[in-house]
Amino acid sequence: MEGFMYPNEVELQWSILIVLYPFLTGLVAGAFILASLERVFRVEEVKPTYRLALLTALAFLIVAPLPLQLHLGHPERSLEMYLTPHRASAMAMFGFVYLWYLMAVLVVEIWLEYRRDIVRLAESSRGVKGLLYRALTLGSHNVSPAALRIDDRVGWIITLIGIPSAFLLHGYVGFIFGSVKANPWWSTPLMPVVFLFSAMVSGIALVLLMYMLTSAMRRVAIDMRCLDTIARYLFYTFVIDFTLEMLDLIHRIYESDESFRSLDFMVHTRLFFSQIMIQIFLGTLAPLALLSLTQLFTFSVAVRKRVYAMSAVLTMMGIFAMRWNVVIGGQLFSKSFLGYTSYKVDLITREGILPAVALMILPFAILYVLIKILPPWQGERPAAAGAHGDD
Amino acid sequence: MNVSRRQILLLLPAAAVAWEYVLADNPESSPNFKMSDHWWGMLIDISKCIGCGSCVRACATENDVPETYFRTWVERYHVSDWHIENPEVDSPKGGIDGFPQSKAEGGKNFFVPKMCNHCVDSPCSQVCPVGATFHTPDGVVLVDYEYCLGCRYCIQACPYGCRFFHPKKRTADKCTLCYHRITKGLTTACCEACPTGARQLADLKNPNDPIHAFLKTHTVQVLKPHLATGSKLFYNGLDGSVR
Repeated sequence: MEGFMYPNEVELQWSILIVLYPFLTGLVAGAFILASLERVFRVEEVKPTYRLALLTALAFLIVAPLPLQLHLGHPERSLEMYLTPHRASAMAMFGFVYLWYLMAVLVVEIWLEYRRDIVRLAESSRGVKGLLYRALTLGSHNVSPAALRIDDRVGWIITLIGIPSAFLLHGYVGFIFGSVKANPWWSTPLMPVVFLFSAMVSGIALVLLMYMLTSAMRRVAIDMRCLDTIARYLFYTFVIDFTLEMLDLIHRIYESDESFRSLDFMVHTRLFFSQIMIQIFLGTLAPLALLSLTQLFTFSVAVRKRVYAMSAVLTMMGIFAMRWNVVIGGQLFSKSFLGYTSYKVDLITREGILPAVALMILPFAILYVLIKILPPWQGERPAAAGAHGDD
Repeated sequence: MNVSRRQILLLLPAAAVAWEYVLADNPESSPNFKMSDHWWGMLIDISKCIGCGSCVRACATENDVPETYFRTWVERYHVSDWHIENPEVDSPKGGIDGFPQSKAEGGKNFFVPKMCNHCVDSPCSQVCPVGATFHTPDGVVLVDYEYCLGCRYCIQACPYGCRFFHPKKRTADKCTLCYHRITKGLTTACCEACPTGARQLADLKNPNDPIHAFLKTHTVQVLKPHLATGSKLFYNGLDGSVR
């Protein structure tokens, strides 16, 4: 501790688990928005990632509330948020946005998309597997062209509803922080927008990585047209995201209100590594530079793959650092603007690194199971010798 | 008195409801206390506070406040000359043991007792996802410990740092304005313990409360007025350097 903090402020309230929560939700929203490009805006190039993006979104969405649950003082009371919500609370309403998104958008869209496969698998599988698929059909075995046309139409409408829902989902996470007037580090109307675009950036980067990784693991050729398109979208959304973040920064510096000295001090000391080094240089400027090179010059397939993979990894790091800097950074200074505290992450306590790492691995495990049950691959060609493993 | 069986059957549920209130120690059931007749606040006179820490100790004892957490605390400000934006502030252990001799020279020193502001438009109750933090009809902000999830959003939302996470209850906790006392006609523990009368419980709805005369004749301010929380903690002689 340095300077003066209100005595109750010394202890940080929101830990690394609360850093994970916007990070995971952001990945969901981003992955879904990428998926919807193909469905609503007919960007045919990204079709190979459509189903993978949906499953990725679902896997991460299932895990997203777990860090919150683990963080609560009384997890057994968490259902009260649904049963007796306080309508003025951003957090309470988020519960409903989450549920709406999970049940009304994502699950329905995935079911419609996979219905034909589910029916086929229900007919061809036996034992437990057959039982599972028969249950998943929900009793509907009609896969006539007319029925599939209806599926497609309804799916399109769901996606159309899904896009604003995904915006709402992550914009709302931003609002939870942005509406706290007591905390100048959080309190800005730009927060939901910045959260939304950073969500898109991280989600697109994740799907890009997952696509490359799963293709390499299955030894099938990567559709470079698809990869180039995703990388291009990553670049565009990243430019918007970076512009918004810089706008916020410049605004703060120029306005220099009562909190500025305190925040400025923090960025130069306690947050220097995570904000300046990781978030801005390594996690934003580096991938932006790499991606802009691929837009300006023509590189070979092997080089492009490496650059894209590298950019996506750096991007994910940068967005995680951004969530860290928002959540943890917002608690390192006193609301008296006269002092600073520090955050030491525990290792194996309930809110330590170990549960955080477990929660970060869990969505991948869920995704693995989802891919096994609902294989997202459609009509691919095997990789040429030596073509895989480039990434 | 003749009471029919039908009347008994009607009276029994009513009596059961009334008995619940009696058991719940509801203030409305205390003799002569009507919540809607009061609107609680507090007056803090900076010039009278001597930084003895009696209020902090009294509060901790009265309310069983866990060590290193504070429902009320005292800050010592040192402002040198015109450096109003750079005060030196300390509050060793929340001032519970008083303050050591000040090393600061020149300028002015003064003490600022702090506690929950019992805001009319309290940001803490606004953000609570289940409404566990609520306003009583007589203007006190309370936490329902049986209902609070322990999400700590309210602690983030309080601009004054008045809330903490109770390590045993695993819920948010804060000053109750000694609600268990004031609803029985007593004053708060901190006001009672203050040797100089720097803290005065105020009933803003009571026309005979001396607070009204005081507010009319003194320069009074609340903390962080730009946040418009509707604070009911009025400070007399509050220096502009106080955050």
